Amino acid sequence: MATAPVGTLYRGREGMWSWVAQRITGIAVFFFLYVHVLDTALVRVSPEAYDIVIATYKTPIVNLLEVGLVGAVLYHALNGLRVIAVDFWAKGPRYQRQMLWVLVGVWLAVMIPGTYFMMIHTVEALFGSTP
Amino acid sequence: MSITSPRSGPSLESPRSRRGGQRSNYELYAWLFMRVSGIVLVFLVLGHLFIMNVLDGGVQRINFAFVAGRWASPFWQIWDLLMLWLAMLHGTNGLRTIINDYAERDQTRFWMKMLLYVSSAFIIILGTLVIFTFDPNIG
Repeated sequence: MATAPVGTLYRGREGMWSWVAQRITGIAVFFFLYVHVLDTALVRVSPEAYDIVIATYKTPIVNLLEVGLVGAVLYHALNGLRVIAVDFWAKGPRYQRQMLWVLVGVWLAVMIPGTYFMMIHTVEALFGSTP
Repeated sequence: MSITSPRSGPSLESPRSRRGGQRSNYELYAWLFMRVSGIVLVFLVLGHLFIMNVLDGGVQRINFAFVAGRWASPFWQIWDLLMLWLAMLHGTNGLRTIINDYAERDQTRFWMKMLLYVSSAFIIILGTLVIFTFDPNIG
């Protein structure tokens, strides 16, 4: 990664990259939402059609993608709260960088156990010895 | 306005003067909506993800019967309806901003936004109909 230009407060620094990530996670989550409404709409077709499509969500690869989705939503939510704090809290702009590192900490604290609970069935099915 | 004579002060327009026409507050309301809907969505969406992916076996337990059980309750119907509308409007406005930022030709910008609005309206209407016309005894 290129180093930040000297004397620039925003460009190439935490503020810019958190904004880039907010856009990318937002687009990804929005496109998933389209698909998710369409797959849920299959409950109006038949229980079988719905269950067949939902079964793909339970496969190992899609299960891993779900972890990615949750990670994207969680980042977007936490950084959104940070943006609100920057906009409305008098000291928000001064602490925007510290808030980003708090965000990273909360994200890790949720995603590490979250990934475990989301993946436990897949890991057991793939590698487990339970009968 | 001439740029050759930097001292032509009196001929400068006031930089903050309005440039004709009625000014609308649309962008202000859109900006505010992103923040208000965002706060509500933090609870609705993270709650939804926790219930669906983590709690009680996660995604492995989801099937038609599970959906039927949930939508028997008006509480979850309203939860899902509110989440659908707020998330779709929030996401559509987010994509509108991104299209405005990156699509430089007027024609491109116009048609990309039309595509966005039509597909978003379709998804919102479809989702709303599914929630309200759900029939647990369908098959």
